[in-house]
Amino acid sequence: MERQKSFEAIERRARRNRLAGNAVIYFFLTVWAVLVLFPFYWMLLTSVKSYGAYNSEYIPAFYTLSPTLENYFSAFHAVPLGRYFLNTVIFTAITTLAMLIVVILAAFAFARLEFRGKNLVFTLFLSLMMIPNELVVITNFVTITKWGMRNTFSGLILPSITSVFYIYLLKENFEQIPDELYRAAKVDGTSDFKYLWKVMLPICQPTIVTITILKIIECWNSYVWPRLITDDSAYYLVSGGIQEIRESGFGRENIPAMMAAVVVVSAPLIVLFLVFRNKVMAGVSRGGLKG
Amino acid sequence: MHKNKWKAWLYLLPAIVFLGFFLVYPLIDVFVYSFEEGYNSASETFFGVGLYNYRYVLREPFFLQAVVNTFILVIITVPVSTGLALLISAGLNHITPLKKLFQTIYFLPYVTNTLAVGLVFMVLFKKTAYSDGMINLLIRLFGGESVDFIDGPYWAKMMVTCLYTIWIVMPFKVLILTSALASVNPDYYKAARVDATPPWRVFTRITLPMISPMIFYLVITGFIGAFKAYSDEVALFGVNLNAANMNTIVGYVYDMLYGDSGGYPSYASAAALILFAIVLTITCINLLISRRRVR
Repeated sequence: MERQKSFEAIERRARRNRLAGNAVIYFFLTVWAVLVLFPFYWMLLTSVKSYGAYNSEYIPAFYTLSPTLENYFSAFHAVPLGRYFLNTVIFTAITTLAMLIVVILAAFAFARLEFRGKNLVFTLFLSLMMIPNELVVITNFVTITKWGMRNTFSGLILPSITSVFYIYLLKENFEQIPDELYRAAKVDGTSDFKYLWKVMLPICQPTIVTITILKIIECWNSYVWPRLITDDSAYYLVSGGIQEIRESGFGRENIPAMMAAVVVVSAPLIVLFLVFRNKVMAGVSRGGLKG
Repeated sequence: MHKNKWKAWLYLLPAIVFLGFFLVYPLIDVFVYSFEEGYNSASETFFGVGLYNYRYVLREPFFLQAVVNTFILVIITVPVSTGLALLISAGLNHITPLKKLFQTIYFLPYVTNTLAVGLVFMVLFKKTAYSDGMINLLIRLFGGESVDFIDGPYWAKMMVTCLYTIWIVMPFKVLILTSALASVNPDYYKAARVDATPPWRVFTRITLPMISPMIFYLVITGFIGAFKAYSDEVALFGVNLNAANMNTIVGYVYDMLYGDSGGYPSYASAAALILFAIVLTITCINLLISRRRVR
């Protein structure tokens, strides 16, 4: 009886400890979540405060009772935010599409076709992954300037197209498709290209979607190259546009309008992420480079 | 068969052309540039070949300041963010309800535009004529002195930079460590429970050794990433980083290349190669240590 009781007491204490431990864990996780979310909350909040209201607050208010959309209006009218937005969409769409074509063709050659020197070429490709972008940007800048492609979409897009890592990722995926399918297709007289298009791409669709999303994120956030290659604001992407807004602003220090611009710029990727949450996270853990 | 061989190269052609033009050729060219003394980008002429560019860069105060800034940034952010990510991932692995929600929230900074959110950080930390800003308000609430973190003293600016960098790099680290922790074989934990091993011992003797390869992977990529810091600083302090005394090595490279102080690809190349040498050295040291430590 005595033993029974002490056993129960021990169990009770263990449960209490576990609950307390969990409470501490939840507390710290919540603190970090608040720290992560706070800047997002602050930009949304500030973007709906009116210019006058914001500037009269010596102590910033944590909420607003009179939200307004006027800042979004001025973000699109006082500065060509719509233009930046459109530029970025064009840049992202063309770069991603061109990248997909180049990468798919190369991965197909490495995974499916036989040619002399294949392993050597593939090893050379892989070794290119180690080249840091900072080293090659200098010459690319000079090259693009020499070709007269500054302030053009070609200048923005051309150096951003290839990615050795995605070739590698896709090649690995292509190689998992059984050879029997290829031979069967060959017997039926299917051409290589048709086989790639009709069989391999549909099977490897998840990897393609992952690559596409990662590239879109990369393009949308790219800043260094566009800044080097464009000084005409008609060709600015959103990052450059935001920087321009920061430097020269709206003629005055209009923080709420800046925040409205920030919301507009950040929203598409956040929506993309929330829709493709699992794909993005799986893709980044396989091939994310930022960090 | 002959036709087939030719076809493979055709499939590879676009990739080879792009890589050749924009990756291989520039890699060779950057070495060439760095040794060409007195290169003039307008006339494309140079006086001689030698190490002058390296000597010039290594003596320039702006470059030395950039090196100091970058090193401080690396030394602070890499250990702090990795340690914090480890704690957070360990916490995430302990809970079941709300785990997905927390993971989604923690990942958000990864998909945001660095320049855009940097502006929010600037607003939060900045002290202006009409308001002390959000963070200073908090500092004063706890009895501290308000500081201008954006145009103020050096340590304050460095602190914001570190905080912002950590905020930006956390998602990747939490993601990697959470999946590493989840993949530890649960049998080890069960065995430890049978032996009534205290939690701290379980963590240091089972968990840490099991995920040490991933930790080292994160430390190595973290070092590489932090050495290339640039856009976070631009987001906080504007394009003219030298004026703010907050330039980084990569920032120095781009300043030499373009903008008001630009037009010197030779100096830019020399600086970029110095950076590359630093990163390579640190990565090799990391790899040596990890080879000794990781099972």
